[in-house]
Formats: sequence, C-alpha cells, structure tokens
Amino acid sequence: MTNLIEIKGVRHAYKTQDGPLPVLDGLDVSVPEGGFVAVVGPSGCGKSTLTRLIAGLMKPDEGEVRLHGDLVKGPKSTVGMAFQNPVLLEWRTILKNVMLPLEIVPNRLSAREKEDRARELLALVGLEGFEEKRPSELSGGMRQRASLCRAIVHKPEVLILDEPFGALDAFTREDLWQTMLKVKEREPFTGVLITHDLRESIFLADQVVVLSGRPARTQYVMDVHLGAERTLDDLYTPETAEALNTLRHQIQIAQGRAPEVAA
Amino acid sequence: MTLRAVLVPLAALVIFGLLWELLVWANGWPNYKMASPSDLWPAFWKFRWLFLEYGWDTLWRTVVGLLVAVIFGVGLGMIMGFSRLMRDALYPLLVGFNAIPKATVVPIIALLFVGQHDMNTILIAFLISFFPIAVSVSIGLSTLEPEYRDILRSLGASNLTIFWKIALPKTLPEFFGALKVAVTLAFIGTNLMEIVEPHGRGLGHLFDSGKISADYPLMFAVLIALALMGILLYYVVVALEKIFAGWAERSPT
Ligand SMILES: Nc1ncnc2c1ncn2[C@@H]1O[C@H](COP(=O)(O)OP(=O)(O)O)[C@@H](O)[C@H]1O
Ligand SMILES: [Mg+2]
Repeated sequence: MTNLIEIKGVRHAYKTQDGPLPVLDGLDVSVPEGGFVAVVGPSGCGKSTLTRLIAGLMKPDEGEVRLHGDLVKGPKSTVGMAFQNPVLLEWRTILKNVMLPLEIVPNRLSAREKEDRARELLALVGLEGFEEKRPSELSGGMRQRASLCRAIVHKPEVLILDEPFGALDAFTREDLWQTMLKVKEREPFTGVLITHDLRESIFLADQVVVLSGRPARTQYVMDVHLGAERTLDDLYTPETAEALNTLRHQIQIAQGRAPEVAA
Repeated sequence: MTLRAVLVPLAALVIFGLLWELLVWANGWPNYKMASPSDLWPAFWKFRWLFLEYGWDTLWRTVVGLLVAVIFGVGLGMIMGFSRLMRDALYPLLVGFNAIPKATVVPIIALLFVGQHDMNTILIAFLISFFPIAVSVSIGLSTLEPEYRDILRSLGASNLTIFWKIALPKTLPEFFGALKVAVTLAFIGTNLMEIVEPHGRGLGHLFDSGKISADYPLMFAVLIALALMGILLYYVVVALEKIFAGWAERSPT
C-alpha cells in the first residue's frame, strides 16, 4: 500500500539576516491513508515548518513531499489545518466561521447544504446551541472545537494539527482528545499532529515520530500499542508507562542531553 | 436609560448657558466685549439663510475632503501594510509631513490656487486628515497574525480573497478609530481655510465677517453652529462604526 503522505530526505534552511538557518536536515515521515502520526520534538526544531511543507505553503530546498505520490507544488484544498491559536474571525458567528472553507474551496453544495454540514460538525464536537455566538463569547476549549470543525468542514484528506491543544488546561485537553477520537471515527482523515504532550501523542496517534533538535531529522519512530478503541484509562497501564518513558528518553537525546537512567 | 441619557446632558447644557448669561450680566459687559447666550438667537435669526447656505458649504467640503482622505489613506495604508519595503520607505516621509503644523500650509495652498475656494478647502481637509487613516490601516494589515493568512492560503485562496475575507474586516476597528480622529481634523482644516481665504464662503467665512465687523454675537452663533455640526459629523462616524465594526465592542462579561 502506498502512503498518502510521503516525506523523503527533506532539507530546508530559512534565509535570515544572520545567514541561512538550517531547520530541517534529512527528514523522513510517511503516513498511510487513514493513519494518524504524532510528531514530537524540542521546541523550535522545525515542526511547524514541516506542517507548512505538507500544506504546500512553502517548498523545501531539497527532498520530496508527496501526497498520493504527487509532488506537492502549492496549497491544495484537500488539506485542513488547525493551530494552537484558533484564529477564528471575530466578526463572524461560530457557524459562519466553520463555513469559511466552503466559501473558498470549489464545491457544488447549496447554501443550505453548507450550513447543514457546518451544523452537523458543530453538533459532533458538542457545540450545538453555540452556532450564532461570536468567538469572543466562547471559552478557549470551545474555540478550539470550532477551529477543528473549520479544519474538516470541506472533508480534507489530510488534517494537520499544529499543537492545537497546547494552550488548554489539562482537563479541557483530555475532553478534546476524546472529541478528537470521535471526530476521527465519524469523519475519516489522514492526520499529522504536532504536539509537545507525550501522553497526547500516544492517546491520539498510531505512530509517534520524534524529531532531533534543530536542524531536525527523524530520530526515532514508535508504533503505538493501543488499538482503535481507546479510553483515558489506557494511559495508566504499564505498557503506556513504558512507551512514555521511551519517548521521554528520546526527547532528552533530541535536546542534546544524555538520557537519565530509569530507575 | 434613554430618558436619563437625554436629560442629564440637557440639564448640564442649560446650567452652562445660565452661568454664562449671569457672568456677562454681572460684569455688565457690552456686546462688543462678550456675547451672552440671549444675544445668540437674534444673531442667528438675522443671518439664518446665510447660516444654512454657508453651513452646507462647510459640511460638504468637509465630507468630500474626508472621503478623499479615506480613499487615499486606505490605499497608502494597504501599500505600507503589505510591503515591508514600502513601509520602510514611506513611513519617515509621512511622519515628517504630518509634523508640519497644518496652519502653515493653509496660506500656502490659499496662495497657490487663488480663488479656487472649494478645491482649496477640500485639499486642506484632506491633507490634514489622511495621516491617521493611512497609519491605522497599515498597522492593522501588517500585524495580521500569519496563521490567519495560512488558513486561507492553505485552501488555495488568492491574495485578493485573503484581503476581502480577513485583512479588511480585521482592520475595520482600527480604521474607524482613526476615522473619528480624521473627521475632527478635516473639520478643523475646512474652517481654517474658510477663515483665511478672502471672499470665501462657508461658516468659517461667516465667522471672519463677524470678526471684521466686531459682531460678537454673530461670531459666537457661528461657534455654536460649528459645534453642532462637529457633533453631527462625529456621531455619523460612530453610527457607521456600530454598523460595520460593532463586533469589536467587548460584550460585558
Ligand atoms: N519564516 C521564517 N523565517 C526565518 N526563520 C524562521 C521562520 N519560521 C521559523 N523560523 C525559525 O525556524 C525554526 C523552526 O521553526 P518552527 O518550524 O516554527 O519550529 P517548531 O514549530 O518546532 O517550534 C525556529 O528557530 C524559528 O525561529
Ligand atoms: Mg511550532
């Protein structure tokens, strides 16, 4: 089976005032269709750069980024994105915010169908009754839910999540993890999740990729031992503890520190 | 709320008028020294047709000057907001221009285009008021968070779409904030020119005629008319802001 997302030997440097800043240095990531890969790594190592490459917002200096085997040459409407900052439009209602991509991506939906689609998603993430509210009237977690709806309203093949839950408190975050699983079940997508929360990476993804410090390359890849049916309890089993420990050590190596010896 | 909102300022106004009348009466000031409120209405009534005619002149010149300032200011703001190079190039120039006291520009313009009353007045109203608009639009556009752009760009939206759907509406609150300043400035500009230009028209000119004939009641009546017109212009902008950028008002939580 070919991978939907295929990233091979990607190198990239930003041009800055102090000369080129190498950010990615030999990055390999592949995600099969329907797969969900979490990417973790030290802060500033180039994770967001990776998402911008997949979204076609920029091109790498070297190497290949392919979707369905085709080289990514520019933005494609088959991609959806959500960030840590929900970037909702304050002058629009939540419903109209979610409908935004349908105004841009070519489609045959009628106005009625667009609205129904947005309402259906809002109900799915638990925002029923908030359709006519403004973003400023919602809590941080609710805004992030709306942002998620906007990212998938046009049924993208690839969903890119760049630390979407990073600014939320621990309890809200766990709520959103469960919402995320529910969404994945109802609205199938191939996902890339950037995160700095190792438990989040294990709970949501089926593969975790650890990047080295800047310039980033693929340092370690771990298949998650959990199946499709997951509960928060699965995060407190010995297997999960071991997986977390392994990831933690890899992060320490990525940060350039020797791993602490586990007791 | 509504009744109170009307009665309180009205009461303040009446008290202010009474104190003013009392001050003039107690000092026994004659009309050529200081006008009292009771003199204003006769002065106003005597020149009521001139007030209407010249008031209209002042109003439309201010509005046209402001419209030109909006078009020019938004255009300039867009150029500076989207291009780093243009911002670096134009900003010092703009600040330097704005630093010139506009009162000094008034006689220059008046001498440059002698007799072109309408054009001169509109020109000054425009020159004096476009700066805050240009600056606010450029700042609004250049501080747009990159994620906003990325969300739309990743869907394949053009730059024009990004401008219409995000950059423009997001800048509206800053724009209206600047417009409130600009409308006051344009009004000042209009009146400066009308006062300075000989054989002109407009309320500024009427004020100047009052000065020449030492008609204090007329001068004060013009001031009152100008105040009313200034309030009107300001609240028209406030109303427009409510309509187009009302979402930016923080709802009390
Ligand atoms: N447009 C840019 N120009 C120059 N440097 C950049 C740019 N974007 C990101 N960087 C730098 O590249 C590095 C990686 O950025 P990023 O991919 O955002 O990291 P991460 O998301 O892993 O924290 C950082 O050091 C950042 O400062
Ligand atoms: Mg990042």
